[in-house]
Amino acid sequence: MTGRRIGLIQNSKFLLVRSSMTADLNSYLFVGAVLFVCGVVCMATKRNGIGVLMGVELVLNGANVNFVAFSRYTDLGLDGQVFSLFVIVLAAAEAAVALAIALNFYNNHLTIDVDRANKLKG
Amino acid sequence: MVGETLRNLLMIAWLLPLAGFAVEIFGGFWGSRKSRVAAWMSVGCIGIGFLCSLSALLIWGNSNSWTVLDHDSHDETHVDTDHAKPADALATDTHPSPDSHTSHPPVVRGKTVYSGTLYYLARFGSLDISLDYYIDSLTLVMFTMVTFIATCIHLFAMGYMSEELTEELVDHSAHLSNGHHVHRPGRYYRFFAFLSLFCFSMLGLVLAGNIFQVFIFWELVGICSFLLIGFYTERKSACNAANKAFIMNRVGDFGFLIGLMVLWTFFGTFRFGETVNDTGEVQAGLFQMLARDETGNVLRDAASGDVKIGAVTTGADPGGNRTIPYSLLVVAGLGVFAGCVGKSAQFPLQTWLPDAMEGPTPVSALVHSATMVAAGVYLVGRFYPMFVQEVLLTIAYVGCITLFMAATIAIVATDIKKVLAYSTISQLGYMMLGLGVFGWGAGLFHLITHAFFKSLMFLCSGSVIYGCHHEQEMPKMGGLWRKMPITAFTMLVGVIAISGLAIPGLIGLSSVFAFSGFFSKDAVVATSLAFVKDNPSHFLLFIVPLITAGITAFYMFRLWFYTFAGKPRDQHLYDHCHESPWIMTGPLLALSFFAAFCAIGGEDGPLYRLITGDQPAHIAHGIAAAAGSGEITLPGHDAIHDVHGTAGTLALIAAASGTCLAWLLYGTTLVNVAEIRRQLSGLHGFLVDKWHFDEMYDALFVKPAHVVGQGCAWIDKTVFDGIIHASAKIMIFVSKWDKLFDEAVVDGFVNLLGNSTFAFGRSLRVIQTGRLRQYVMFIVVGVVALFAILFTTFPG
Repeated sequence: MTGRRIGLIQNSKFLLVRSSMTADLNSYLFVGAVLFVCGVVCMATKRNGIGVLMGVELVLNGANVNFVAFSRYTDLGLDGQVFSLFVIVLAAAEAAVALAIALNFYNNHLTIDVDRANKLKG
Repeated sequence: MVGETLRNLLMIAWLLPLAGFAVEIFGGFWGSRKSRVAAWMSVGCIGIGFLCSLSALLIWGNSNSWTVLDHDSHDETHVDTDHAKPADALATDTHPSPDSHTSHPPVVRGKTVYSGTLYYLARFGSLDISLDYYIDSLTLVMFTMVTFIATCIHLFAMGYMSEELTEELVDHSAHLSNGHHVHRPGRYYRFFAFLSLFCFSMLGLVLAGNIFQVFIFWELVGICSFLLIGFYTERKSACNAANKAFIMNRVGDFGFLIGLMVLWTFFGTFRFGETVNDTGEVQAGLFQMLARDETGNVLRDAASGDVKIGAVTTGADPGGNRTIPYSLLVVAGLGVFAGCVGKSAQFPLQTWLPDAMEGPTPVSALVHSATMVAAGVYLVGRFYPMFVQEVLLTIAYVGCITLFMAATIAIVATDIKKVLAYSTISQLGYMMLGLGVFGWGAGLFHLITHAFFKSLMFLCSGSVIYGCHHEQEMPKMGGLWRKMPITAFTMLVGVIAISGLAIPGLIGLSSVFAFSGFFSKDAVVATSLAFVKDNPSHFLLFIVPLITAGITAFYMFRLWFYTFAGKPRDQHLYDHCHESPWIMTGPLLALSFFAAFCAIGGEDGPLYRLITGDQPAHIAHGIAAAAGSGEITLPGHDAIHDVHGTAGTLALIAAASGTCLAWLLYGTTLVNVAEIRRQLSGLHGFLVDKWHFDEMYDALFVKPAHVVGQGCAWIDKTVFDGIIHASAKIMIFVSKWDKLFDEAVVDGFVNLLGNSTFAFGRSLRVIQTGRLRQYVMFIVVGVVALFAILFTTFPG
């Protein structure tokens, strides 16, 4: 009896979580897609360098959401979560380098307008 | 054990001068020009060499109970030893006196010949090229003689060459094109370095244990001779003389090489004596391979007449029944002798030696009278077992012609060194004659005595030249004995020695008191008389040397009277000449002692018995010709002894008359020499022109060579140059077209490729706008496009 009761409780608790949030994989993918699109639009429209960096962060986090969601709802296991951790670390490193570049660029040009940074023109 | 000691001692004597040469030539080059160190070093090297040689000689004599005393006592000490005929063919009884042959049984002596290998140079198939040694009494006598004379001459040269001790020397005999004298640094060290190198080469030649090694050192002494003749290299005459000496020697060496090839082909070895090889087996040398029967003739195959090759001492026949055609054995002998002809300046290659007097006088004394030119005679003596009678007859006649011709030229020569040079050629002819008529001991005896008195006389002439400030013409000298008594006295000793004067009956009834030259020349003349007695058709071989003995005395006393006696003919020269310093007269005195007394006792004396201690086994008894065979009879010691008294008397009469004639003509004023010269102007001119040999060689070889050379030059300039020029022009024409093709086609293609690549790259430039946001847009569009493709390609 006892064993069965406990199983029921656990089972009902699991169901409770699942049913109360009523969230599934598609919802997460949707959020990730929104984040990604926001980031891309931010990168494409912002002329401020910092803004572009923010867009990049949004794109990366959109991807992170996708990783975690796939990790939770498919049989990927922990791999997706480890990937997202790597992405966060890389994003931090990338932000550090990019901010250093931005600072240098500002020192030289007194602006961080990315449209002014066209020295790579072929 | 004794062999090793001897080998080591002689190797020290041999190699020390080489070490000295190496140190002197480099040390002198970087050292001071005024330093005498090089001279002392080379004197030290050769002096130690002399001590080593002398002790080797003593050890050798001690080891086989050789005594200086009379042979009778020698026999007594060994009378209880085994009287059986010794098994070793090389160590048979060797007493020269015929009494010992008849009255005493042969004496058994210890081993006297030592041979072996020092160092393997190379091995080609079955041919070993190695450095061997062959030590017998002749080697030891030669070593001692060469090192002693070389030591004396080195000391003399220290004084003679002292004017080279300067930073700037004016050579009055060498002129520049503007007529000025040549100024050059002194080359004292170089002279002594070359002398050391020469001593090394000469001693190596004597020590050599195979004929190829002899050839190596033969060439080395040749190059030393070349270097020393051309020591005053600024003088045109010295250069020519050096070249002449070298080139004429090459002619002889060509024959030498042919002889070597024949020997190698048929005998398969170059070694003289038997040696023990790596695996411990005894290998027969050349001397063992050419077997001779009891009468001394070579063993010949009955059917073909070929000469058998076998090993005498080992008993085994290493090569089976090998034979060599008799004619090729003659060719081998003549070939080796041709080398000796060149080196010893024999007819017809004699013309280089008088020209070689361009070298400094000590060089003439050492290289061109005592040692190197005697090397040819030495080799004939060393190689004697390989010579058959045709070769010996050739040797005898060559020697005979040479000794007469050179002596006649010496009569009219006025340069003091030229007289001595022709005298040297003549005496070398005597040696060759002695060897050729089967007087093995006589020829080599004369070699040793001649080395002493001729080096003495050359040094005396050097002393005269030094004292007279490089004046060599005898007609300008005269009466010099008052100014240079030691030189004059020692020269007189040499002159008496070479002339063969003697006082009969002074000591005892039968013996004579005489200087060395008498005994050795006596031995040669006696041998030739014995030879002529057996072979009357070759009577010239006795008559000519006998007459020449008179001529020798004549020209040598002419030289002495001309130079030292009478009144001064050039007062200026006389006033300024002086006796040489002690370092030069000391060697003169030492050499004059040996020139006088080295041959004491004649053919019973120590020197002769020492030389003939290891004479080839077949010599003592002579070789009798078979009746009616047309062969020549070679006299044995008994035959020679029978005629010894007659020959000695005749030679003495000839020498005495020559001396008297010289005294009449040059010692007194009774006869006007110039008048005689005028009367015989044709003969005089012929002799002054040296029998026209130089002209003859000029016409025979030099002129034709020039004509051929000019022809070759013409062909070169017209034909070959024409062909080459034409082909060059064709090449230029082809190249021009080739250039056009290159520029148009090849370059065009490559440039086209490059240009199109460049244009493509340039067109891609426009994409690279440098605007970040645009790049982002590209990425987005790209991603969207990729997804669109993905979804349309894999729907569902």
